[in-house]
Amino acid sequence: MSENTTGAAGPASADTARVEAAAEETAREPNRAVALFRSSAGRNTGLVVALLLLCIVGAITAGDRFSSSDNALTILRLAAVTGVVSVGMTFVITAGQIDLSVGAILALSSVWCTTLATQQTAQDSHWIVMVFVALAVGAGCGLVNGLLVAYGGVVSFIATLAMLASARGLAEIISNRKTQIVDVPGFVDFFDHELFGIEVQVYIFVLVAIAGWVLLNRTTFGRRTIAVGGNPEAARLAGIDVKRHTVMVFVLVGLCCGLAALMLVARTTTGSSTHGTGLELDVIAAVVIGGTLLTGGRGSIVGTVIGVLIFTTLTNVFTLNNRSISEQSLLKGAIIVAAVLLQQRLASRNSST
Amino acid sequence: MKSVRPFRTRSRRLGTTLVAGLAVLALGACTGNEKNDDDQDLGGGTTQADSGSNDEAGDKIVIGFSAPAADHGWMASITDSAKKVADQYDDVELRVASGTNDVNLQISQVETFINDKVDAIVLLPFDGAAMTPVALKAMQAGIPVINVDREFDDPNAARVTVLGDNYGMGVSAGAYICSQIGDKSDAVVAEIAGIDSLPLTQERSQGFKDALADCGQDVDNRVAADFTVEGGEEAAANLLQAAPKIDAIWNHDDDQGVGVLAAIKNAGRDEFFMVGGAGSANAMRSIQAGDSVLQATVIYPSTQAADGIKLARLLGQQKNMSDLVEVEVPRTVQLYAPVVTKDNVDQFIDTAFES
Repeated sequence: MSENTTGAAGPASADTARVEAAAEETAREPNRAVALFRSSAGRNTGLVVALLLLCIVGAITAGDRFSSSDNALTILRLAAVTGVVSVGMTFVITAGQIDLSVGAILALSSVWCTTLATQQTAQDSHWIVMVFVALAVGAGCGLVNGLLVAYGGVVSFIATLAMLASARGLAEIISNRKTQIVDVPGFVDFFDHELFGIEVQVYIFVLVAIAGWVLLNRTTFGRRTIAVGGNPEAARLAGIDVKRHTVMVFVLVGLCCGLAALMLVARTTTGSSTHGTGLELDVIAAVVIGGTLLTGGRGSIVGTVIGVLIFTTLTNVFTLNNRSISEQSLLKGAIIVAAVLLQQRLASRNSST
Repeated sequence: MKSVRPFRTRSRRLGTTLVAGLAVLALGACTGNEKNDDDQDLGGGTTQADSGSNDEAGDKIVIGFSAPAADHGWMASITDSAKKVADQYDDVELRVASGTNDVNLQISQVETFINDKVDAIVLLPFDGAAMTPVALKAMQAGIPVINVDREFDDPNAARVTVLGDNYGMGVSAGAYICSQIGDKSDAVVAEIAGIDSLPLTQERSQGFKDALADCGQDVDNRVAADFTVEGGEEAAANLLQAAPKIDAIWNHDDDQGVGVLAAIKNAGRDEFFMVGGAGSANAMRSIQAGDSVLQATVIYPSTQAADGIKLARLLGQQKNMSDLVEVEVPRTVQLYAPVVTKDNVDQFIDTAFES
């Protein structure tokens, strides 16, 4: 892996050498993106096989109840919220950072926009206002995270841990710890609306995934994300504003949280400070089994999406067979370990060839 | 259990007779610092109480109160209703420690109460076992401890224990479902539990199973959620796929029930009826309106700490529960888990908690 070589040479070599290395890296980037796509397609085969196996198990044990199109849509709808956040998280982790506050940001966005809907003064406001508020709150929280990490020099683990605590606290204050039930005509209808028999939520998930894939694999923003995550110093020398880029990545995931909050509000008809509890772990698990390196520098949107689908399908198959949550957790843990071990094997084989 | 009901009925009746006087003398009689819950009357007394009744003003007593953090509707209502009842008495000074899920902090709160020499302590422990030693210390210092909801390890650590009835909730829900579906042998009964690892969830499920067994039914599909709206929606969405045809569902908790109902509506299913749990005001309004599959709920009272305050006051003033022949306040008060349906919802909706 080229970034490893550059990293190892870092402290010893002269600046010029590093500039050259970085420049060389940027020059190779288009090719690298193609190679990355190819190799990630290879990596994804394992995940696709796992998902197919799970589906076969579901079809055998639950028959029509599993293989109905209705059930497939249920799985997709349940995957949608986690999926949207996971796509955002893929960027953060690819950029070498982590965001532990996604669940809390989602809760705060949901509560903020449902407060608008449930309070007397805001009853005349159009539901579009709610949509903008949720997205703005999400992006705002992301901005704070990003500024703290990039310009404040706070490690992202700590900065977002702080956001996790304070965003949930603020959500509790705003909602007074009450579940706010939304009854705005138009809002819930929009997100629950069906287009050709498929709910809008599912379309949003698919669109976000496609947009994420294009952004990561086909644009400068994506290449920069990979470069920043692989070797921030090299990226800086190659002329990338690493700090600004880091902020943008956090804003992106915050925006995804705001969108996911809207979807969840529509799905449950409520905003609540308990929304998204533990979401960060599900999201990180999906991103990591999807093949995105926790150390940064490599990300796969396709892998993330399949990762989310594997976990959602797992829960679905277990519920269809009336199995307990504890057994699910056990298997979930096993899948994470197996997937990561497998990837390490593949990664070491790739780098040795 | 039987011993409890006369007490509760009596205080309710007394409460309503007092409401008239209370309305006239509202400003003088109570501190009146409750803004939005005017409709909630917990049946407390005032100086206007009938002479000779338990609610007649007596010696001034100081009660220390400590409970876990109000992180959901039911728990928030625990503290709110305790404060409300204390406000209705001129002879009670309630010291409320800030709600905490930190056992260490809660221990130090009780220690502070002991040092302050309060007359009684009402304690809803975050963890009953962990709070036992400090409760024993209070009892040894001569301060009666009223243990609410989560039991101590040592019966000597409390003078009175006020308990909800988790097993009874399951029994009530199961018995109601039995009464609705009878012994139809192919009936599909589903259960949406709360957090499966908690003893209270296991007790509820056991009671449900036992009651269903009495009419030859069993739980065909069971999922567990996490007491949140989001968890309820997810669990229910999968459950509805698992069972293409259902006759009855018991959902353990009305907070998560909001999500469960959203999932049911989303799936467009209505061939079954649902029974809720805990008894939120939301759920009761929906039962009243009859606009969803929710047909009943079983109550797990959120007013039990308020009852703890009343008992602490009686202990402090050397009174008794006057409907009993006993000379002293009983050791254990276990509350009943009634089934609320459209027919009797009026009786319960005023004391229900807002989720």
